[in-house]
Amino acid sequence: MPASLDLCDIRKSFGSTEIIKGVSLTIAPGEFIVFVGPSGCGKSTLLRMIAGLEDITSGQLRFDDVVVNDWDPARRRIGMVFQSYALYPHMSVEQNIGFGLKLAKKSKAEIMVRVDQALSVLQLTPLRHHKPSQLSGGQRQRVAIGRAIVRNPNVFLFDEPLSNLDAALRGQMRMEIGKLHQHLKNTVIYVTHDQVEAMTLADRIVVFEGGVIRQVGTPVELYDHPANRFVAGFIGTPTMGFLSGRVAATAQGEGVALDAAGGQAITLPGDLRRVAHGAALTLGLRPEHCVVCPPDQTMLSGTVVMLERLGAETFAFIDLPATPAPVAVRLDGGERSLVAGQRTGLRFDIERAHIFDADGNSISSSAS
Amino acid sequence: MNARRSRRFQPLLFGAPAMVGLALFVVLPFLMALVLTFTDQQLISPEPGVFVGLRNYERLLSIRALVQAPERNDVAGTPSFARVRSLTRHEPAYLGYRPLGELRFGEHRVTLLAKDPAFLTALGNTFLFALMVVPLQCTMALGLALLVNAGVKGQTIFRAIYFSPVVMSMVIVSVVWAFLFDKDLGLLNQALGTLSFGLVKPVDWLGNPATAMPAIVIMSAWQGAGFQMLILLAGLQGISQELYDAARIDGASMWQRFWYITLPGMRQTIIFVLIVTTIAALGLFTQVDVMTGGGPRGSTATVMFEAVRHGVREENIAYGATISVVYFLLITAFILLHQILLRRSAKVIS
Ligand SMILES: Nc1ncnc2c1ncn2[C@@H]1O[C@H](COP(=O)(O)OP(=O)(O)OP(=O)(O)O)[C@@H](O)[C@H]1O
Ligand SMILES: [Mg+2]
Repeated sequence: MPASLDLCDIRKSFGSTEIIKGVSLTIAPGEFIVFVGPSGCGKSTLLRMIAGLEDITSGQLRFDDVVVNDWDPARRRIGMVFQSYALYPHMSVEQNIGFGLKLAKKSKAEIMVRVDQALSVLQLTPLRHHKPSQLSGGQRQRVAIGRAIVRNPNVFLFDEPLSNLDAALRGQMRMEIGKLHQHLKNTVIYVTHDQVEAMTLADRIVVFEGGVIRQVGTPVELYDHPANRFVAGFIGTPTMGFLSGRVAATAQGEGVALDAAGGQAITLPGDLRRVAHGAALTLGLRPEHCVVCPPDQTMLSGTVVMLERLGAETFAFIDLPATPAPVAVRLDGGERSLVAGQRTGLRFDIERAHIFDADGNSISSSAS
Repeated sequence: MNARRSRRFQPLLFGAPAMVGLALFVVLPFLMALVLTFTDQQLISPEPGVFVGLRNYERLLSIRALVQAPERNDVAGTPSFARVRSLTRHEPAYLGYRPLGELRFGEHRVTLLAKDPAFLTALGNTFLFALMVVPLQCTMALGLALLVNAGVKGQTIFRAIYFSPVVMSMVIVSVVWAFLFDKDLGLLNQALGTLSFGLVKPVDWLGNPATAMPAIVIMSAWQGAGFQMLILLAGLQGISQELYDAARIDGASMWQRFWYITLPGMRQTIIFVLIVTTIAALGLFTQVDVMTGGGPRGSTATVMFEAVRHGVREENIAYGATISVVYFLLITAFILLHQILLRRSAKVIS
């Protein structure tokens, strides 16, 4: 039975340093939730608290409306897959998978049936007598997943399960995990650093920074309507380009004077009455909303620092004056002739630009 | 050509310092001892020893069994036997043999006779000591390692405390423990007496053949456990914490985690510790020399003690060397057997 989860102002301190600073989140039964965030922001710690491996300093954790703060891990009926797989090295594949059932004193026959089933779901049957050391990375990963599913857990917890695999295998395992979820319909919490995993697997993504949630939403919501500059910069590859500027009046109404354009202002759509004149603003530009053009046709011009040719598409990274990080532009067929070091102009679609105030919060009309 | 030749010699070159050390201090003395065993060389004697063939080995290893049927059964049915001495006294075949021990086979009495019963007793004592001290010391060491590793505050302090007996001189430790074991003044008897309100009468720990060896076992385990603890601790810390987490999620209790994760994970370390401890135990000498002098009634004499007694104190270096050589061969055979069995069991498991 997939469980619903309720996190209520969960906090965690190691000694006097607070790592998780009040996290509240409700997860529906059967939902696939992905945790993302920079290294050290407390994703693993939160996951371990949900698993029961780490005490909860304060706050309430509820499974199906029952407070489980003090339950030990086995009683919570969770399955967990660790980054390093954590397979028992001296046990065979089937012993690894059946270990939990054996400890739960299930009958030999029942263990057989359930282990066989898990083995066949994960296509591990021919490897059942192998030791973990005799398996490839992907096979080990599948055994770790088998160990988690065999107990019919209410909640599945994955902590960066694919980060030790090579790119091709990662893609394949990602699809298998997706299919497994469609098949089993468990509640899943999945920690990853991989954008693609997050975007493709998640029903909802939770973005963490420094022990707090910065935004929760579907992958498309986060991509199209990031609530703040942190989320905007975190979701999407290549990352969103940022142009700093100040609120200024233009002929057509409110606008922003861009530092990168030497203070020239451009009119902004929508309502900017909340922001005072002269206040700092940041424009966020997705690579697909920018185009390159000859330098004399635009107010923004800079140098191409790097080209990233990925086959299907090519990105140019353009260094603009007074802008810390280069701005990425997706090139359409026409500008293939661009080379690194070349001077070029940059135009963007102001209607689709994201606008952030001095505190980094989104004030675009598009961020609902 | 030149490069290839130098590559062939390189390993030898790197190994040379250790090889020279080994040859000089282990192989050479052993070979010299081997030569001595065929002579009657005295320790401090101006004359060189004379070649005596296998006489030393014969003296060391001769054993005979004397089987006696009961002489007459009296009314109560208790069998009685003629005195061994009366049978062997005038028999040239038993010349130089002294009784070692006796066994019963049904009605029959078998008396074992040996030319050097003290050596065989010492051999038995030594293995008995190893049999008692190895399990005790290794269990203690494992317990200490688990305690220190449990994550209590001041891990380093506890580690240092448990390790401190190892760095003390064995002679000093032996003297101190001889005081602790003293019948009238010893702390052990006083504590036992006080705690039992005088019920436990003072025990003469080192003066009683039944308690002397166990007493030495206990103090040896106490002295040595810290060293094994350190090795086991390293093995313990080599086990990934995630394995314990996974086992907790699988529902393993603390005891089950120890049984299914810790023990298998430490298999190699534990085997190493067992071997090292056994070898050390088979060399038991200092404690015996300081605390009991091999007594009472030979109950704590060990092979090393016998070798030193004959070779140095009685100045019969040839016979002392013979004891050492035989003992060396025995231990080598024992370790080889152990390795073969271990390799076979490892194959069965994997
Ligand atoms: N047992 C612990 N004692 C003290 N501090 C800890 C402990 N475990 C984690 N921390 C701290 O908590 C913070 C969050 O760690 P955590 O492992 O949850 O990060 P993370 O988000 O999973 O990072 P990553 O993406 O690199 O895995 C880190 O700063 C870490 O140093
Ligand atoms: Mg982590």
